[in-house]
Amino acid sequence: MPTLNQYLILSGILFSIGTAGVFLRRNVITILLSVEIMLNAVNVTFVAAGRFHNIVDGQIITFFVMTVAAAESAVGLALIIALFRHRETLSPDAFTFLKW
Amino acid sequence: MDLIVFYILASITVLASIGVVSQRNPMHSVMLLIVSFAGLAGLYVQLDAPFTAVTQIIIYAGAIMVLFLFVVMLLNAQTEDEVIPARLGPHAMRLAALLSLLLAIELVEGIVPLARETFREDAGTVSSISSVAQIGSRLYDTRYYAFAFEVTSVLILVAMVGAVVIARRPRSDEMTHDERQMTKTPNGEMPNVE
Repeated sequence: MPTLNQYLILSGILFSIGTAGVFLRRNVITILLSVEIMLNAVNVTFVAAGRFHNIVDGQIITFFVMTVAAAESAVGLALIIALFRHRETLSPDAFTFLKW
Repeated sequence: MDLIVFYILASITVLASIGVVSQRNPMHSVMLLIVSFAGLAGLYVQLDAPFTAVTQIIIYAGAIMVLFLFVVMLLNAQTEDEVIPARLGPHAMRLAALLSLLLAIELVEGIVPLARETFREDAGTVSSISSVAQIGSRLYDTRYYAFAFEVTSVLILVAMVGAVVIARRPRSDEMTHDERQMTKTPNGEMPNVE
């Protein structure tokens, strides 16, 4: 059986990959996907910590994270569709019209 | 044996996630993310959380990723723009990669010195932690998560209405002048919208 640390390290690596995606990609859809990777990294931490303390609360919070992720991606994708209609591109640098 | 399974699943997850971040085609990114979620579901099974594993597959890989695929196909954006904006400078990408590598090193370095805790393995603990009945009674108990659960339903409702309102094509009489300019067809007529 792997130790708690190994799960936490896996979670840290996944979170960093997600951060790298947000930093590096020039495509709003991939940026949203990277946010999903980060949310899943957090889920791993919750489930592993819940298993370690022998409580189910970790799994329950995971469900709430999933719900928030679903809501977030629904609104985010709607925004992407609305923006794509105006600019015909997915590059985040094109969407600067809220800047002062 | 368990450790080998863990390393296989963890490497599938990590490699697929790296693939998601390094692909130029969003379609491939979405497919690889589904692979990554499948690996995570395997890890949840190993953590005695079978219900979480199933919801991971059904909700994440099933529902959310289908939503993403749908949008990727709808927009038909095969690749991202090559141009790197001049104001970021030529080293922006390298700096970003360095920063996220630094974050990974710091996170791992912070976790490694913690005590190497092992999980309790006796059958009673395992069956109580992995039982759906236990999760359900906690989730719907008013002393624990019932309120949060109800609030979640409001959140979903708001997200649903928000998504519909944002993605809706505005009617021509509601548009501002700028929007009318942007949605004008090349021959100067308003597109026929209902």
